Amino acid sequence: MNSDVFNNMPLFGMTVTVLFYTLAQLINHRLRWLNPLFLTAGSLMLLLLVFKIPYTSYRAGGDIITFFLGPATVALAVPFYKNATKLKGQIIPIAAGVAAGAVSGLLSVWVLSSLFSASRDTLSSMLPKSVTTPVAIEIARTLGGTPELAGVFTVLTGLLGSMIGPQLLKLCRIRSDTAVGTAMGTAAHGIGTARILRDSELQGGISGFAMGLSSMLTPLLCIPLAWW
Amino acid sequence: MKGLSILLGFSLLGYLIRAVFDLPVAGNVIGLILLVISLFAGWVKLEWVEDTAQFLLRHMMIFFAPIIVGTMLFFGRIGSEWLPIAASLIGATVIVLLVSGYVTTWLGGKQEEKAHE
Repeated sequence: MNSDVFNNMPLFGMTVTVLFYTLAQLINHRLRWLNPLFLTAGSLMLLLLVFKIPYTSYRAGGDIITFFLGPATVALAVPFYKNATKLKGQIIPIAAGVAAGAVSGLLSVWVLSSLFSASRDTLSSMLPKSVTTPVAIEIARTLGGTPELAGVFTVLTGLLGSMIGPQLLKLCRIRSDTAVGTAMGTAAHGIGTARILRDSELQGGISGFAMGLSSMLTPLLCIPLAWW
Repeated sequence: MKGLSILLGFSLLGYLIRAVFDLPVAGNVIGLILLVISLFAGWVKLEWVEDTAQFLLRHMMIFFAPIIVGTMLFFGRIGSEWLPIAASLIGATVIVLLVSGYVTTWLGGKQEEKAHE
């Protein structure tokens, strides 16, 4: 197969992404435990590898789909606003959960990657991994890490959090909407928020709020690290 | 298209503010905060954005799919340090989920009980 056939043709990337996502939704209806994002991205990677399609050929269409992440993130204002009355008096617990999560995230990455002797570049790129991607990239740049690598770690963290988060929280008896939303938004930013929105609009609204808070707090927490 | 115009407009506004003031916050997050404020202030009516927002949010996962596909370019780089990377990614994600979940539960528990009385 001539792999250059699709070069710079957005139609290819868009079609396979939408098609695989639709199939993943159908499979997810039957097999609830299979994460649709994992399924979609995993099968797209397999497609590119098996047919030796260069990533750049896929990217032309992929970029158009990713573009809508901007308005979708802004749209998180809606579930938050609609559920605002239920959140009276919960702002302090949410903010405290975000702060504790952000600090423990930085510390645990530091401890774990030192324990397993990661390189300095990997550590600096991994530290901001729980915040939303553009923020993580900026932080990694300040810390002297590799911005692209920081983006990769952030995205993988989000995927991981969206896959294990809901089950892990249930298992550990963390059940209130506020706690689940805060944990998912703090640990797994937009991807965790997208996952939890499928279960509950209230949890999704809180998760989006927590994501916003942690993406403002984490750069501040990283300022002393930049001098170290 | 009214809803999409508003959401794109706030997104653009967020990026402009970020660029002008050189803030370390993502443009989209600034747009999100501005839309929350505008909804509470009544400058934007919920009906204008609700349908579009709900459509985008119901399918939010698809917007991340191409970004995850892009991580395959880094598999070689990740593979050379897979153990520290896997340990930190998994370990830290579990720790953050549990720490923020428990802290919010402890502090929020009393208020939720009160609300039920």
